[in-house]
Amino acid sequence: MQWLNAVIQGVLLGGLYALLAAGLSLMFGVMRIVNLAHGVLAMLAAYLGYVVVNNMGLPWFVAVIVVVPLMALVGFILQWGLFNRALSKGGLAPLLVAFGLAVVLAQLLQEFFTADTRSIKIGSIGTDSIQISDDIYIGVFPLVTFIVGVLVIAGVQIFLNRAPLGRAMRAASDDPDTVKLMGIDNRQVYALSTALALATVGLAGIFIGTKTQFSPTYGDLVLIFAFEAVIIGGLGSLWGTLVGGIILGVSQAIGSQINPSYGLLIGNLVFLAILAFRPQGLLPKAVTT
Amino acid sequence: MSLLDVAGIDVHYGDFQAIYNLDLHVDEGETLAVIGANGAGKSTLLKTIAGLMYPTSGSVSFEGADITTMAPYKRVPKGIALTPEGRKIFRSLTVEENLKVGAHTKRKGPWNLQTVYEAFPLVEDRKDRLGVNLSGGEQQAAAIGRALMSNPQLLLLDEVSLGLAPVVVEQIYAAMPSITAQGTTVLVVEQDVNQAMNVADRVQCLLEGRTVLEGPPSTLTRDEIASAYFGI
Repeated sequence: MQWLNAVIQGVLLGGLYALLAAGLSLMFGVMRIVNLAHGVLAMLAAYLGYVVVNNMGLPWFVAVIVVVPLMALVGFILQWGLFNRALSKGGLAPLLVAFGLAVVLAQLLQEFFTADTRSIKIGSIGTDSIQISDDIYIGVFPLVTFIVGVLVIAGVQIFLNRAPLGRAMRAASDDPDTVKLMGIDNRQVYALSTALALATVGLAGIFIGTKTQFSPTYGDLVLIFAFEAVIIGGLGSLWGTLVGGIILGVSQAIGSQINPSYGLLIGNLVFLAILAFRPQGLLPKAVTT
Repeated sequence: MSLLDVAGIDVHYGDFQAIYNLDLHVDEGETLAVIGANGAGKSTLLKTIAGLMYPTSGSVSFEGADITTMAPYKRVPKGIALTPEGRKIFRSLTVEENLKVGAHTKRKGPWNLQTVYEAFPLVEDRKDRLGVNLSGGEQQAAAIGRALMSNPQLLLLDEVSLGLAPVVVEQIYAAMPSITAQGTTVLVVEQDVNQAMNVADRVQCLLEGRTVLEGPPSTLTRDEIASAYFGI
């Protein structure tokens, strides 16, 4: 029974990882940008949420309403001002720009908020749980996180499949020069893609900042988890990212069940095994361009 | 009146000059065929009109307005659409999605999914197929359909017949009357001189970036064209 419990908790944790990884997957899928600042940006969102809830005393959901659009705006500006310029300088430039951004942003967060660990207050819902059987409890907050993670992945995927802008994003991903011949400014599409990606990062940052104690350097771990979820699932596939997040979460939960200190280790080993034996990931994009 | 006016353009790829002081005009409703051998500057000319390249001197005007330095994505809402060399169908999108991307600017006009499917039955047959899984001819038909979806006033077609079986080329050119019947002005670039002569009201032959011959097909003899084409 305790193993079943570990799997259930792992699946729920996987929803959080999928939520964390969605933005990374989207930015790579559309622009081939490996955003090394992803984790730090999630921390920025967590700190913004912290200011809204802990400092200003506003309800938790207000943090979501404020921070998500704010992060989308940050994404638009970053893409328009930094990444679009970097993209025109070749494949390596965006990677270096993202790395530089990660370093600078982490330092700025440290300057403003110190290195102390913090956590966003949420009240009793943070510890409430539903009893499933004698020894299986499901936390309400992890359950909500999981549902939000699945909804975000599904929502972004449906947007990409159905919406004209989503279609333009996929077309720009296939061939950025030819979309210009369709009357589409690919730089604008990129800016909106990053805005969407960072909106999901904003949501993820608030959830992770509520679930756990964070500090500016916690972004490094977030980046690794997001990377592992994306790679396990297959680059450029959002459903793959959800599967990857769940596999990572379950691996960590089972590892922790074996020995409380094995969680991260087992998660990383499963990631390495996938990288070694199925480097394209479990659900790779059907068409590689 | 002139819909498109290209006046004295020079176009360079770095140090290499592809087009020398070239003049070209297309009247409203006319079909102009630009012919010439490999490296004559035909595709470069179309790219310059569509805005993918900019001339180093000279000017391009459309409907009397100067568009020499206008970004390519701003030319589409004005009514210029290019079917590029190599077709450039979006590989991970279905044929129908490719067409819908072509309609992104929502420019008004006679072309929509239904009328494109009527003009190109082949495209309708393949509408749910991914771009990556199309044959060359299917790609070419889909690419022309995609360009039409923007309801252009000026349709630029680059190397329609290149690499396609003659029977497929026939099928694609069979749709040309339905395009020009809508009043669409067409500038087609062709290596296949016979096809060009069949569809065009006027032919302009380029050689090494310069115009060497120009006129309606009926006034040009085969020998004239052959010597202009090969520069002999």
